[in-house]
Amino acid sequence: MKDRKRDLLLRSIIERNPIALLVLGICSALAVTSQMQTAFVMSVCVTLVVACSSCIISLVRAQIPNSVRIGVQITVIATLVILVDQVLKAFYFDLAKQLSIYIGLIITNCIVMGRAEGFAMSNPPLNSFLDGIGNGLGYGFVLMSVSFIRELFGSGTLFGWEVLPLTTNGGWYVRNGLLLLPVSAFFIIALIIWLLRTIDPVQQEKD
Amino acid sequence: MAEESVARPFYTVLVLALVCSALVAGTAVGLRPFQEANRKVDQQKNILRAAGLFNPEEKVVVQFQRLIQPRLVDLTTGRFVDQTMQDAVKLEEKRTLTRDEDPAGLFQLERYVPVYLVRQENGYGQIILPLRGKGLWSTMYAYVALDADLNTIRGISFYEHGETPGLGGEIENPSWQAGWQGKRVYDADDAVVLQVVKSGKTDGVSAEHRIDGISGATMTGNGVSAMLQFWFGENGFGPLLQTLQHQGGLNERSKT
Repeated sequence: MKDRKRDLLLRSIIERNPIALLVLGICSALAVTSQMQTAFVMSVCVTLVVACSSCIISLVRAQIPNSVRIGVQITVIATLVILVDQVLKAFYFDLAKQLSIYIGLIITNCIVMGRAEGFAMSNPPLNSFLDGIGNGLGYGFVLMSVSFIRELFGSGTLFGWEVLPLTTNGGWYVRNGLLLLPVSAFFIIALIIWLLRTIDPVQQEKD
Repeated sequence: MAEESVARPFYTVLVLALVCSALVAGTAVGLRPFQEANRKVDQQKNILRAAGLFNPEEKVVVQFQRLIQPRLVDLTTGRFVDQTMQDAVKLEEKRTLTRDEDPAGLFQLERYVPVYLVRQENGYGQIILPLRGKGLWSTMYAYVALDADLNTIRGISFYEHGETPGLGGEIENPSWQAGWQGKRVYDADDAVVLQVVKSGKTDGVSAEHRIDGISGATMTGNGVSAMLQFWFGENGFGPLLQTLQHQGGLNERSKT
């Protein structure tokens, strides 16, 4: 039983990564990964929202009529996202400003809905909560990897700290402007998926 | 899964909606004072940033207190409201603009507008004006700082907008905003000529009256031009700036 819980928490990081294997939640992975700081906050927010929404939906899953279950899930998720947004605006205003619309867009992040529908509707609350945390971690893992590459080679910094001094500031590193554009995240995510599927061939799809 | 009857989905959703809306409303109301305070600090930060004075090391409120003197302007007369009268005016007094008067898409214009003077050793060095106007999707808000000659731009800071991130949203990019420095609003005949022009083109506008547009954001750029046209024109701050000019600039007037 213990192993099952650990498995729920950890399997989504490599084996069943929501971005790499299920290819969900790509949109926000493009948008917020040009800096590690925003990517980190986004990961934390998504983890919180997935875990809490999965837990709540799992708690009331016996009461949810089948015909309106998607609507109910969305309402719960939207409420949680608004709460997160309000709290950020009240206590971390600068971050909220940087993340602007993307916090609101957590509602449409397929991972949240996917876990609610695919796991929480048929599993007990604690497992759903752990599964949510696990998926948040998996999402965060990809986001942090992508933003690490993008921030390091795009702006020469990590979490805003200068690592590679830029030529524009009198250093030696010529920055790669492409990495600051959202499209670069596409390539990096594709490379990460390739890497993961090479390490773990089970993930490969048969055609 | 629960037994389905016709009424069940309705009351389940009703209960859920009630609980959720109570939660959302509760947080929104409970956190509003914090959010308002943040917004105010953010505004002050942007006013300082427009003036090029913002120092991240020091508390915004302290800097603002030390460097900035807020004043109220009566747009109908183009004069400052006397400081002793400031508390008495009705800030919410507004009039509806006619179509011809309203290139920036404001619909309504308030009568009293706060402006900000930057303190210097002797008198005031800059005046900071709040601008707003319609872009492609949204109303854009900015502060623009004018030099003591009331014509040269010292800096601009867009602080709220809903333009497309990456395109029109680049108006909040500091390196674009840096291109505003030293541009001049009025030509020799006191006409508002400063405008955003497509990048790389001149359109017959001389360099000191021309701001390079952002590629992919022509509509937003047009909005910014219209905003300048309105706020520096006769219905905006034009009369105030002229009055100040006649009185010999920022300092002559401010002593009284």
